[in-house]
Amino acid sequence: MEITEIEQRIKKIVAEQLGVNESDVKNESSFVSDLGADSLDTVELVMALEEEFECEIPDEQAEKINTVQEAIDFVAANAAQ
Amino acid sequence: MSKRKVAITGLGIISPVGNTVSEAWENVIAGKSGITRITRFDASDFSSKIAGEVNGFDITEYLSAKEARRMDIFIQYGMAAAIQAIRDAGISDVSGFNADRIGVNIGSGIGGLPMIENTDAAYHAGGPRKISPFFIPSTIINMVAGNLSIMFGYKGPNLAIVTACTTATHCIGSSARMIEYGDADIMVCGGTESCVTPLAVGGFASARALSSNNDDPAAASRPWDLKRDGFVLGEGAGILVLEEMEHARKRGAKIYAELAGFGMSADAHHMTAPCEDGEGAARCMTNALSDAQMHADELHYINAHGTSTPLGDIAETIAVKRCFGEHAKDLAVSSTKSMTGHLLGAAGGVEAIFSALAVYHQIAPPTINLDDPDPACDLDYVPNNAREMKIDAALSNSFGFGGTNGTLVFRKI
Repeated sequence: MEITEIEQRIKKIVAEQLGVNESDVKNESSFVSDLGADSLDTVELVMALEEEFECEIPDEQAEKINTVQEAIDFVAANAAQ
Repeated sequence: MSKRKVAITGLGIISPVGNTVSEAWENVIAGKSGITRITRFDASDFSSKIAGEVNGFDITEYLSAKEARRMDIFIQYGMAAAIQAIRDAGISDVSGFNADRIGVNIGSGIGGLPMIENTDAAYHAGGPRKISPFFIPSTIINMVAGNLSIMFGYKGPNLAIVTACTTATHCIGSSARMIEYGDADIMVCGGTESCVTPLAVGGFASARALSSNNDDPAAASRPWDLKRDGFVLGEGAGILVLEEMEHARKRGAKIYAELAGFGMSADAHHMTAPCEDGEGAARCMTNALSDAQMHADELHYINAHGTSTPLGDIAETIAVKRCFGEHAKDLAVSSTKSMTGHLLGAAGGVEAIFSALAVYHQIAPPTINLDDPDPACDLDYVPNNAREMKIDAALSNSFGFGGTNGTLVFRKI
């Protein structure tokens, strides 16, 4: 899977889940401080990423995914090819 | 001590006969049915395949798509109807009011059954990780009240009474009490319901409560008619803004009617069947008239519980006679459930709206499909056509599983 494809898919999911414009979702955006997510949003966002990329994100990993770029990096390293 | 009086200053509705107050009122006055074949799921294996579904509802007229996703349908309906009522009353901007004295009391009979069913399926298919963090707050009944207080900054009493099909009536009546007693000056109150789902339809059908007149949906809800065979499930929400009378007058609010009385009682008889001699329901109406300090002959119109069940319609007829005596035959008694179906926990809300509007416009809505009245049901049910008439006061009944009763009395201003 190309990194640009992963990036596009993740930005689309983030925009949808957090109710923000896709153009506002930057690689460096923090889910909580830039995109207005609360603690329940971040749990749901991780579930949506698991669904989209058919992978499991353990809780201790999920806690480290706080920005769009961190999500891209995790998926690139772990998602089903 | 003389009681503080309660005015109705805002109305909001989502229903099978319309998603605004004006549309729903026009349709019930015109005698239009909102009952159709069930579209929400494949009901072909069910004995009852009909319902009063809400059509053309767009939650994004009221909330963002993100907010709405965290709410099962009953919460969305409740929010939409409440926002209509809040705008109607002119209380959306809390800065002009004492927010501590505005409360919310909106219940539901069943709550988030659609999302409970879907989440159960997701759990069985994918395990506990498939349960959304929003599952609980999307399905529990007090979240209409909770979300509204968060959205509008209302910091007064915040609750949700759950009493089956009497839910909305109890929420409205107890809200009036809170205003009378001084706990609040304004209450946003009523009920909401959305459970056109396999488990709800299947459960009510198993209890032999539902009509199976599937070939002619618009004619299936036929209170007091000989061919009635059970209620038709409906969905929607009916929300009122109640306000202390002087508070409303001082700010020049539009007042639809006075909420003059509230009565409650229990049948202490059976889980699902009414007491056949109407004793519990009659006591409930008597309590409401007494609370309103009103003589029976001052009342002109009853919006009946009238669900179109063989036993319930007779029991309510007997109850009206027990409560009103000779005056019973002079009353106009109609069931708007003939058009909306039975909205369970929301029924008392939409029927409170129709009762307030009956008083406000001096028109009694009709009972449709009343072609061949049951001889055991011999009151004036306003058959098939609405009636312009003098209505100084109206009464609305709700009776629920468990034998719980509630009655509201509305007085013309």
